[in-house]
Amino acid sequence: MKNYLNKRNLITLVVVGLIFFAIQFMIKERIITAYMRSNLYWIGIYIILGLSLNMIIGITGQLSLGHAGFMSIGAFAAAVVLKTNPTMTGLYIGIGIGVLISLAVSFVVAVPTLRLKGDYLAIATLGVAEIIRIVLNNLGITGGASGISNIKMLMSWPLLYTFVILTIFLTHNFKNSAIGRACISIKEDEIAAEAMGINTTKYKVIAFMFGAALAAMAGSLFSTTYYIVKPDSFGVNTSINILILVVFGGMGSLSGTIIATFIIGFVNIVLQPYAEIRMILYALILIIVMIFRPQGLLGSQELSTKLLPNFKWKRKEKSS
Amino acid sequence: MKKLISLLAALLVMGSLAACSAGSEEKVDTIKIGVNLELTGDVSVYGVPERKAFEQAVSEVNAAGGIDGKLVELVIYDNAYDQAKAVQNTEKLIEDGVVAILGSATSGMTMAIAPVAKDNGLLVFTPSGTNSAVTMDGTVVNPWVFRSCFIDPFQGRVLANFASNDLAAKKVVIMVNSGSEYSKELARIFTEQLNKNGGEVVETASYADSDTDYKASLTSLSSKEFDVLFVADYAKNAGLIIGQARSTAGLEDVKIIGPDGFEDPTLNDLAGGAQNVNNVFFSTHFSTLSNNEKVVKFVEDYKAFTNEESVSVFAALAYDAAYMLFAAIDAADSTDPQAIRDSLESLPSFSGVTGDISFDELHNAVKPAFLIELNNGVAVNATIVNP
Repeated sequence: MKNYLNKRNLITLVVVGLIFFAIQFMIKERIITAYMRSNLYWIGIYIILGLSLNMIIGITGQLSLGHAGFMSIGAFAAAVVLKTNPTMTGLYIGIGIGVLISLAVSFVVAVPTLRLKGDYLAIATLGVAEIIRIVLNNLGITGGASGISNIKMLMSWPLLYTFVILTIFLTHNFKNSAIGRACISIKEDEIAAEAMGINTTKYKVIAFMFGAALAAMAGSLFSTTYYIVKPDSFGVNTSINILILVVFGGMGSLSGTIIATFIIGFVNIVLQPYAEIRMILYALILIIVMIFRPQGLLGSQELSTKLLPNFKWKRKEKSS
Repeated sequence: MKKLISLLAALLVMGSLAACSAGSEEKVDTIKIGVNLELTGDVSVYGVPERKAFEQAVSEVNAAGGIDGKLVELVIYDNAYDQAKAVQNTEKLIEDGVVAILGSATSGMTMAIAPVAKDNGLLVFTPSGTNSAVTMDGTVVNPWVFRSCFIDPFQGRVLANFASNDLAAKKVVIMVNSGSEYSKELARIFTEQLNKNGGEVVETASYADSDTDYKASLTSLSSKEFDVLFVADYAKNAGLIIGQARSTAGLEDVKIIGPDGFEDPTLNDLAGGAQNVNNVFFSTHFSTLSNNEKVVKFVEDYKAFTNEESVSVFAALAYDAAYMLFAAIDAADSTDPQAIRDSLESLPSFSGVTGDISFDELHNAVKPAFLIELNNGVAVNATIVNP
């Protein structure tokens, strides 16, 4: 029996609580304005998306370009439910339905396509996202091409924080579980992993479905934050935007994705007054970072308290 | 290489710092108007001309001394056709202290910012959001959202007037796409207005959206006596109908009218060549062919201001929206958002480049349309037709 209430977990719990109350206080005292708050929502939702894609790309090493498709499943599920039941219960039901549909779709997609490798998988997932988008475009219940508008806004800091922490908890545990280690071994060397007796297809499917379910959850939060959903919000561009977060932060690094999302969210705020030029500057910043840190901000490392003493110790050894 | 990049980065940072400090200089006597447009992304082709038209209108009004002695200043943000950015822009504009928001260009983005604007009591004025749900808040009108364009089905009224008055038509045949709301609404409103004008719809022929052969219904129509054929659909079906009508005995020269769905570069090809597209008229929001003096002046000024060859419909609609907002601010004698909203709602008919505009009870523009005549597939003439 493991002792879950060890010192590290307690410290984490206290830090998580402190961050929550600090931000809650700042929102209440209007130090964080409505505009900053809506940027915070964006960052939170994209942290969930980035982490979920990191499960597929960073941990398992399978390039998926169709993440926005799974996000749209959650977004439309929540939007449809919220139209008839605009309450928190409605949102939770929407998230539940979205996650279930997303799991089912990702299973159907994953079983044949994850036998493909590298570029082929990327193209297959790209195609799947397009199929989802076109189905939504022609489905009566989702409002066709113009989508669903006037969705009840239920997003709040406590709601966002709960889901972000839940996602970090789930993805962190996934990464450090036996399944996660099997996935990492697939990323490092698929043939070696197979030789060690790992059922590679099975673990790839698990990671893919896990990522798709989290993406659907983020999609549901997206639709209740921004009032409307339309199928063309979830095209290739959105998938690429999520991919940028993962690559920028470092593939396989959860803390890297979180930091990258904060940085990109911040860059968006700084660049907002520049209208069209914004996109050029944004691309320039990405290019510069990628030239200097091709492995991403954190590489495959995690930001952890364990790093600090290690770092000092290494430096001392070098100088002696 | 590394040096070059770090130099570039340093320049970039310095540039942004300089821009920041320049922006923080507060001018006291200005009226700030927010602009929330699709300047990048898939639909920037709508947003960019609207931005230029807003800027042109502002430079003109400032050159003439501003509104009530105050200069107008635009705060322009790009939403990239992304609802998250559109909402964030709106919240930023509210913090910037704008008195009203112009935009967005698309219905989708306008619907994303409408709830935020409503909660904060700020006017949203879209030049080109044509979806009928844009000005609605569920089943009632959203008091804070207006538009300077007419909604799609409204063209039915204008087309009926055009048929009665300009084409002197008494008997009309309508072809309706039974799978399209757009088509059915147009036909319904057209019929109502034509009956009011003393005309008569002899027959309404329905077809399915996927149909490509209209010969049977066209042949049966050719035995009827009528003056005008109204094809209430987009070019995809309308082009085929025009082409097949021209090869049907008795329909070779019949006048064909239609909505702005005809305004499509594929129309001539679908009709089997430009030589088939004669005696065809369609309604649209704006045309530079008109010899109305306001239109001529606007087209000249716009070309001079932007150094561009062509003037898009979006620019004209945006130009009118900007001037209507100026008129509302002027009439309100105040920069209070509530006062501006009330003033815009009760604005008497406004005479703009796209015609005389007023609002109906759902904040949709009631205004004339431009009727374009196609001769050998080329627009040759534009008439302004009042509703």
